[in-house]
Amino acid sequence: MDLEQKALRALLDIAESIYNQLRDGVVPEIEISSRTKYNIEFDEQSEVWVYGDRTSTRSAKTLKGAYMLLRMAYVMGFLRDQLKVNRSSTLRELYYISENWGLAKFDEQSDSDRLIEDLEILTAFQREHFHIRPEEDGATVVGPIKIREETRRGVREIHCQDDVGEGGYQIPVNVDRLEFVEHDAKFVIAIETGGMRDRLIENGFDENFDAIIVHLKGQPARSTRRLLKRMNTELGLPVVVFTDGDPWSYRIYASVAYGSIKSAHLSEYLATPSAMFIGIRPSDIVKYKLPADKLSEQDIRALNAILTDPRFDTDFWKGEVKLQLELGKKSEQQALAKYGLDYVTDVYLPEKLSELGVLRT
Amino acid sequence: MTSKHREISIAEFFEKNKHILGYSNPSKALITCVREAVDNSLDACEEAGILPDILVKITRTGENVFRIVVEDNGPGIEKEHIPRVFGKLLYGSRFHAIKQSRGQQGIGISSAVLYAQITTGKPTTVISKTEGGTACRFEIMIDTKKNEPEIMSFEETEWFSPHGTRIELEIKGSYVKERKQSVYEYLKETSVVNPHARITFITPDGEIHEFRRITSEPPVPPVEIKPHPHGIEIGPLIAMLKTTKARELRGFLKNEFVRIGDRISEEIIQKSGLDSRADPRSLTREDAEKLLNAFRLTDLLPPPVDCLSPIGDRLIMKSLMEGYSPEFVYAVTRKPRVYSGHPFLVEAGIAYGGEIKEDKITLLRFANKIPLLYQQSGCALTQAVVSVNWKNYGLQQSKNELPVAPAVILVHVASTNVPYVSESKEAVSGIPEIMEEVRLALQECGRRLKEYVERKKTIQKRKKKEEELLKIIPLLARKISEVVEKDPVDHEKVIARIMGKVYITRSTDNGKAVVEICNFSSSRKRFRIYEMCEGGINGERIAKWDVEVEPKETVRIEYEFSGKHINVKPLVEGIENELIAGAEVVRFGSGAEGTESSA
Repeated sequence: MDLEQKALRALLDIAESIYNQLRDGVVPEIEISSRTKYNIEFDEQSEVWVYGDRTSTRSAKTLKGAYMLLRMAYVMGFLRDQLKVNRSSTLRELYYISENWGLAKFDEQSDSDRLIEDLEILTAFQREHFHIRPEEDGATVVGPIKIREETRRGVREIHCQDDVGEGGYQIPVNVDRLEFVEHDAKFVIAIETGGMRDRLIENGFDENFDAIIVHLKGQPARSTRRLLKRMNTELGLPVVVFTDGDPWSYRIYASVAYGSIKSAHLSEYLATPSAMFIGIRPSDIVKYKLPADKLSEQDIRALNAILTDPRFDTDFWKGEVKLQLELGKKSEQQALAKYGLDYVTDVYLPEKLSELGVLRT
Repeated sequence: MTSKHREISIAEFFEKNKHILGYSNPSKALITCVREAVDNSLDACEEAGILPDILVKITRTGENVFRIVVEDNGPGIEKEHIPRVFGKLLYGSRFHAIKQSRGQQGIGISSAVLYAQITTGKPTTVISKTEGGTACRFEIMIDTKKNEPEIMSFEETEWFSPHGTRIELEIKGSYVKERKQSVYEYLKETSVVNPHARITFITPDGEIHEFRRITSEPPVPPVEIKPHPHGIEIGPLIAMLKTTKARELRGFLKNEFVRIGDRISEEIIQKSGLDSRADPRSLTREDAEKLLNAFRLTDLLPPPVDCLSPIGDRLIMKSLMEGYSPEFVYAVTRKPRVYSGHPFLVEAGIAYGGEIKEDKITLLRFANKIPLLYQQSGCALTQAVVSVNWKNYGLQQSKNELPVAPAVILVHVASTNVPYVSESKEAVSGIPEIMEEVRLALQECGRRLKEYVERKKTIQKRKKKEEELLKIIPLLARKISEVVEKDPVDHEKVIARIMGKVYITRSTDNGKAVVEICNFSSSRKRFRIYEMCEGGINGERIAKWDVEVEPKETVRIEYEFSGKHINVKPLVEGIENELIAGAEVVRFGSGAEGTESSA
């Protein structure tokens, strides 16, 4: 049986259990891992954060639970039909398809996205196995690596410097279908903002330092994280993450390195435990005298939340976050431009990468 | 007043000042005449312990001329008193008495007689009969110069009633309907605070309104008490000094007042500097003032409060229920209190929602069980209602305004001396002690209302949730059956469980049937189950079982049958439809034949 058939079987098992509960006169319910920061634990073996033992019960006794089960029944029916005829759809399409489901219609796409994640957790399969895809996210790669991709128009081999424009190679939805042909890279640098990515490319950072530059585009999509993971494990390349200096950016790093809370069931598949954080660090604000903005109330709340997030329970992060709360400041990556446009590539990054042992001089 | 002034007749004075007494315009005059007569009837019945049965009939006899008839089943009035009761102003048994009563000044009914005489020139006809006596019929007018009754005719007559009084007068007036200030509204409100009375009202248009009696318990008649020294004023004090039977001042104090014993009597006299053996009748106005001053300087126990006659919280609630059909009602009777030597007590009630549709609040004000129809905004009772922060209790309210809600608020103040703003007794003045009591009573009503509204909201929310679940669960059952590609699953049992019902199923297999009864409710249920089969059950066409199921318990009935079941679902008797699922509720009565078994 292929993966799709197994995934379908797992889905139908859930449906069966709801059916049986109804038949036995039991109020239907399902148990699912609770998806909060209080229920993620560090897995020693894989070195990533996965869900713990805590579960929450969705019961038809409550309206919320009843709606969830009803929607789940409709989604399972839809997935079954889709798998039978070997079609696929995007998360957004699924949301629009639910328009015809009467009371089972989703109120917003985040609800249907979440339900697909629930099904992933319940079945231990991934949405791709149900033939559900995300939208293209548009994250890109530039660097000395040649990738083979099976496209609808045949197999393409693409060198991410020679065969691409300034925009770079766009990461496809299904990263597992890519093959790394060859590379001359020494490390991978993942960058949060488009502006900083463009700066590095304009300054020839990828060529000068043999670096693969991956644009995260904010909170990275699964495909981007999977690509980083594969480059790390299959090519043995160190991965460094370069973001703004605020709590939201630290969470971006955490989802790359530790796994995200929302999809901790996929941490083993997506997270790169050895990924290192370059900055901007709160201590950089002091050290480099960076221009900074005042922390907003939401920033302060997010920083305090980080202090109780088990993924950040290290001396490094505790020290940095507390320092930032003391400073009351945050800085962007591009604040480095204070010292000139080349400062980031000539001084800041070489200094940091040496400190981290990525560059050996 | 010096002797050079001509002593004007009181009747003449009132003729010139009729507005003070509530005759300022034609519609008000009509209400006032009815009110004076009805108040008298209620007071008389109350004193005699009779359940009042009052007929009010108004007929139009000409352009703006109305005949008013008020008839009661009261104790009747002795023949010799009748002319003075109706034909002399300021005559009445209640004038000097210190107790809670509707009329106080003794100008009430005679003012109506006078008004009739002034506006139509016609005498008032009075028929009255005491228990065992003969009915007397008088035609009375008032000599306005002398303030004495003029008897126009007298006869002994036949009257069907064993006792009672009937007054008939013809006045110029104007009859209005559907307004706060109307005879109808006055009678309706009167009936609210006099739930022991039956009042029948026949309008000029021939409509008959009956305000039912909702309790057969007459109120405890108020007890007469002597005045309290802190509540007496100079005028009445002088009058008392003149009319007392006591020979010495110390005896006068002890006998004519409450809360004065020998010791206190001596203390007051000492403080006044008067002679304790002085003849009360010999005291001057200055002496009376000294005495009054001494009263104020002396600490006294407050007056006894058992002289007050409240309506009672239960009866107020019952009355509001009867009169307005609300969905919620609450009332409070506060403990009696004292202001300036006068005992008083406050009652308040609130009726909310139900048949009360208007969003504007209706405020019913009462003093000594009399509805106050006029001067709402100038009345301290209104001010007290306004001063409560109704937002705390979930009602809307603009600053310095009555709250906005589909509600009726009732405030009643009972006292031996209601502090009216004017002689027309239309508004109460703002005595701080009274205001505070009204506020406290209303706040309690408000708290109860809020509790009710919140409980209702919770129940509504739960009901809404249940209704929604009732829609979702069947959809879930249908869809999930479709997904797993199996027979449609029955959702009734799950719904029964969620809704806390009793669920009954029957399964059959090869001539054997099992009926399962699951009690998902939180209480024990007892009922009867019937099953019918073409070929009979245990030899009978109809089988029945009496079952008793504890909460969470499941009871099984097994039986053998032949042929087809006649009833699709098991039939049950003795349980409400809403409490059962999977069976049909029937009513056979006890006569149904069949085998009887016990499950």
